[in-house]
Amino acid sequence: MKLVVDIRRKRHPGKARDTIGRLAFTAESGEFVAIVGPSGAGKTTMLKIIAGLDKDYEGGLDGAGDDARLGFVFQEPRLLPWLNVADNLRLVSPDLSDAEVDAGLAKVGLVNTAAEFPLRLSGGMQRRVALLRAFLVRPELLLLDEPFISLDAPTAESLYQVLAELRRELLPTTLLVTHDLREALALADRVLFVSHSPAQLILDYPITLTQPRRRDDEVVSQMHHALIAKYPELLGGLGTARPNTEAA
Amino acid sequence: MNPAAASTLPAAAVRASALLVLLAVWQAVAWKLSDPLLPSPAAVFVSLIHHLSHGELLHHLGKTLMRVAAAFVIAMLVGVSVGVWMGRSKLVNNLLDSFLVLMLNLPALVAAILCFIWIGLNETAAVLAVAMNKIPTVITNIREGARALDTQLLQVGEVYRVPRGTVLRRIVLPQLYPYIMASARSGLALIWKIVLVIELLGRSDGIGFQLGTFFQFFDLTSILAYTAAFAAVVFAIEALLLRPLDRRLNGWRA
Repeated sequence: MKLVVDIRRKRHPGKARDTIGRLAFTAESGEFVAIVGPSGAGKTTMLKIIAGLDKDYEGGLDGAGDDARLGFVFQEPRLLPWLNVADNLRLVSPDLSDAEVDAGLAKVGLVNTAAEFPLRLSGGMQRRVALLRAFLVRPELLLLDEPFISLDAPTAESLYQVLAELRRELLPTTLLVTHDLREALALADRVLFVSHSPAQLILDYPITLTQPRRRDDEVVSQMHHALIAKYPELLGGLGTARPNTEAA
Repeated sequence: MNPAAASTLPAAAVRASALLVLLAVWQAVAWKLSDPLLPSPAAVFVSLIHHLSHGELLHHLGKTLMRVAAAFVIAMLVGVSVGVWMGRSKLVNNLLDSFLVLMLNLPALVAAILCFIWIGLNETAAVLAVAMNKIPTVITNIREGARALDTQLLQVGEVYRVPRGTVLRRIVLPQLYPYIMASARSGLALIWKIVLVIELLGRSDGIGFQLGTFFQFFDLTSILAYTAAFAAVVFAIEALLLRPLDRRLNGWRA
């Protein structure tokens, strides 16, 4: 489903400054768009508006909010701790059989976890469940709010693969919000750069490289360096989100 | 005994021995004084057996238990519903808050007298008078819980368009269980205490009524025997109902 976003202004009640200035873009059906910007730029607010969680803004949306089946992956896994994994999945998809739960979990690389409570799982495993939950509603629009933040590099890399695997079948239009430029370059078809708050679009950068890519692939590194060199004042400080993999 | 060793003792043994120590002290003091105004535990026990086998203890205990159960259920249902409502809506909270403060501070005796005069000396009035004393404290507790609900988890329900009923059952109520359990415990205790006063005032059966009769004869042994009978019921409810329920509801905690 094609997504049209046209946010003209967003100010939180009681704040002196706008959180979002003008943010308008279109994502084609099935396109994977990454939105990169500094922390606190209003990216999460934008996702909330697109998800229909925040209706207090100026502007309009098409193919989002109440129009589209929506998958949302938050910064934290946000599983309900008092429900086991299977019941967490049934919260969004009540008719799942036991076999379907197990098949879904196998797809994200989890076995024998259906009866586990979330707090007994590692952070990486909880995120796999959260990703699966987002796909169980057969989303037309998938919103990812820095879901790979605070993970070590190998865990993040394995989750990229889980995401790619899950997307292949349904091909939902996807928005990934991140402040990790390498992550955006590795995953997306197109990267939108936004400014410090009030967020504004400053660069629309299409990526023509073939998938799959890894975040430490040579081509990704080259593109990363080229971008930083070309737009030092815009992107300075963006490439250092995960310094332990920046070596070599 | 060092604290580490104490903590490995079974909880039931610790509870039981504390009770035994209390009984022993009581028996010793009663022996020493040998005053009819302080009957010994042994005498109370004999009296308890007598009231169980010959008297009407079970009948009166049954009556009281029915009133306790009815008042408890009403107080919890009304209290939880209104508490959630007030916790989630500023408007409702502003509307009802002064009324709540008034109800919280209304003396049990006033509530009882008003109910008996307005509704009549009957079962409905008695149960209502008891429930009225408990409802405001349940509301106060649950309102705190409803205010502390995790918005992040509520957003999950919103984003995935989980139906309202499911949100209530799966997302809201589990967060309120600690508050509901605390209300249930303190509620049961409060209701026990008040139901007897109300029976004394306006009923012709139940433990409260019996205690009033014994009071007129200064029959302390019977009074303590009746007290012991319902203490036993309280312990049974705690051990057989509340604690297993607690364990079940908290099974998910790592």
